[in-house]
Amino acid sequence: MTSYALFLGCTIPARQPHYELAARKALTKLGIELIDLEGMTCCAPPPLQSIDLETSLAIAAYNICLAEEADLNIVTLCTGCFESLAIANRLLKEKPQLREKVNKILANAGKEFKGAKEVRHYLQVLMNDVGLNSLKQNVVKPLDKLKVAAFSGCHLLRPSELLRFDDPERPRIFDTLIEALGAKSIPYKNKLRCCGGLLRGYADDIALAIARDKIVNAHNAGADCISTLCPFCFLTLDLGQMQIKTTYKEEYNMPIIHYAELLSLSLGVEPKELALDFHKVKLDKVLEKIG
Amino acid sequence: MVEEKPLDFTKEITSRLGGETITHCYQCGTCASTCPVARTAEDRYNPRQIIRLALLGQREEVLKGDAIWLCASCYSCQERCPQKVEVTDVIYALRNMAIREGNIPAIYMEFAAGLLSEGRIVSISKFLEKKRADYGLPPLKPAGIEALKKILSATGFDKIMFKKEGTPK
Repeated sequence: MTSYALFLGCTIPARQPHYELAARKALTKLGIELIDLEGMTCCAPPPLQSIDLETSLAIAAYNICLAEEADLNIVTLCTGCFESLAIANRLLKEKPQLREKVNKILANAGKEFKGAKEVRHYLQVLMNDVGLNSLKQNVVKPLDKLKVAAFSGCHLLRPSELLRFDDPERPRIFDTLIEALGAKSIPYKNKLRCCGGLLRGYADDIALAIARDKIVNAHNAGADCISTLCPFCFLTLDLGQMQIKTTYKEEYNMPIIHYAELLSLSLGVEPKELALDFHKVKLDKVLEKIG
Repeated sequence: MVEEKPLDFTKEITSRLGGETITHCYQCGTCASTCPVARTAEDRYNPRQIIRLALLGQREEVLKGDAIWLCASCYSCQERCPQKVEVTDVIYALRNMAIREGNIPAIYMEFAAGLLSEGRIVSISKFLEKKRADYGLPPLKPAGIEALKKILSATGFDKIMFKKEGTPK
């Protein structure tokens, strides 16, 4: 059994237990042990990087130190957490001067970044630890009637020089994993473009206009749903559709579903075992197609 | 009007974490053409223009304005910049500088307050705690607030937040 320190971050446990629940069920079924470590904090994502980059780097490094002490690699669900931690891990492993600077800060908290562990997103765990063949063998309910608009979110792919997750212009990993469940990953306009989520709370009008584009493009391509990996993309597109209804007087009813939920369903987890009532746009159409 | 010697402001930016690559810019506009925000609200946000203004020493306009807060942190520009300007990181550096001068939008104050008090920028409600238990999710492990406070104090982050003079919005 492969074990990982599960890094949950802030938004998933506090706002989206449906994501956490589906991910825990699916990964455990696939033989991945998830260990909850004490003391982890916020990953220090863009909102905190905007306040102070150096502090953010130190906070990310502190969390990696906890995994180093437990002798575990980290797995994240949230792409934002993946980005913050993976960037810090890469920079501090490769830039000795920066590492020295951050370690001086960490010494105040009794920590030292050693650069001994990896930060992975759970899609990498599925590809590399579980493996595509084994994943396919575990699918008991193929999603073969489902047309999925894959939306990985920005921070899984970019900045690619540091994240090294997939080809940033022609990514395939997420689509491959959707198709491993039997579903079809469909092309749609501006697939890799941002959802605008991080502008929520500062420029809601712009954020909503960008989110609307994403929904419209998936809708026009005939998608049954948009599949997400990032809790912020999920919020922006799911709750966002309620705001689109009010602001633009348009209704798309485009279900937004985390990949972990699709994965769980295809592995035979019953819908009632998942927390699907946390979705604003109801999943009835999707569940009907899955059967 | 140029408010100070352009190079002084440039030096200030390049000496900060994230700001190092700003001088590589040759104003091709790849950043603006790939930016989802510039495409949606071109009258309010253009990353190429922010870099130009900064390199011209327009300190006030850059640090007190609204534009630097409109980057969605999607990294599309940084990914495609032919000059390897780390555009998103440059924007972070400019935001870091603006905040030190008291320009911090309200939403960022909230994030900072959450971090300082709970170690997380989104706090968990009693309702969600109960919901988690109902679904059989394990209780959330406590955040390492004591260690975090030491880090925030070592970098001076805990002091930045109290210097609130005004917000750009």
